[in-house]
Amino acid sequence: MTTSSQITEFPSLRRPVILVYLLLGVAFGIVLTKSEVLSWFRIQEMFRFQSLRMYGIIGSAVVTAAVSVAIIKRLRLKSVSGEVISIPSKQLGTGIRYAAGGTIFGLGWALTGACPGPLFALIGAGVPVMVVAVVSALLGTWIYGWLRPRLPH
Amino acid sequence: MNIMSAWGSGLWPWYVAGPLIGLFVPALLIIDNKLFGFSSNLRHLCSALVPGKVEFFRYDWRKMGLWNLMFMSGTLIGGFLAIHWGVPHDIAISAQTRVSLTKLGIHDFSGIAPAELFTWHALLTLRGFVCVVGGGFLVGFGTAYAGGCTSGHAISGLADLQLPSLIAVFGFFAGGLAATYFILPLLF
Repeated sequence: MTTSSQITEFPSLRRPVILVYLLLGVAFGIVLTKSEVLSWFRIQEMFRFQSLRMYGIIGSAVVTAAVSVAIIKRLRLKSVSGEVISIPSKQLGTGIRYAAGGTIFGLGWALTGACPGPLFALIGAGVPVMVVAVVSALLGTWIYGWLRPRLPH
Repeated sequence: MNIMSAWGSGLWPWYVAGPLIGLFVPALLIIDNKLFGFSSNLRHLCSALVPGKVEFFRYDWRKMGLWNLMFMSGTLIGGFLAIHWGVPHDIAISAQTRVSLTKLGIHDFSGIAPAELFTWHALLTLRGFVCVVGGGFLVGFGTAYAGGCTSGHAISGLADLQLPSLIAVFGFFAGGLAATYFILPLLF
């Protein structure tokens, strides 16, 4: 009884403290760096099919996430914050945005050797020029937002 | 401490790194029903800094994205901590890749990214500019257009068996292969 009245009085307590996300991000940055996923050299090795390492990492990440999501759905788990966990479906539409947007991102992925997460981890890991890549990525996102009404989706 | 530094100093094997990355999906869902996806942060930053009159950026970024921006800040800190933990070492890429990249024109294999492309000095060269400024722009434009990056589509989306994400991942590889085999050789 005490617990439920406390929750009613302090609903914010059930929301995770925002610092939890900072700590999870720290863990993510450490994994990206220690696995060398953030390295341009590793991305080149992947796109040249000269090592299975990156495929093993992405593949085992997908399998782990897929099994977890299946369990969460089967058990209809609720989050710590009390919501029923649900993953919104992405709208397929014509599919153009996924094919075209995906290809454009792929070009950038091979050139910078980094997807968005690694771009930020690299700044911390001692490649400060990636600040410029981030600013340029923000410009790219902004231009997309501006052109959005005129682009096929 | 010795064990920690010995363990941390080397390269983490793929079967440790991959599952750890995959676990961010259930962790974020279980904490507060959040979907793991990093590139949304680029949109949130635009929304927070220069929304202008663009509809795409007119939303409550604090409510939608503060948690993710915290995650993003953490990622930067994590990169810093990890690089100062253990003995610095070069990236031990396969001998074949070394040969391919040498043929391309890369000679400096020290550090996590080649100094011939990713230093302030290299930014003033055509190839450095294309890789950093051009590549960065394409990452930002492409992820916003596709509505996700490696984390949002390749990991969260595929894990939830969503067809749009599979199309996006094919696109990631089509683009990556095109840049590797057709654009990079033009830059050297």
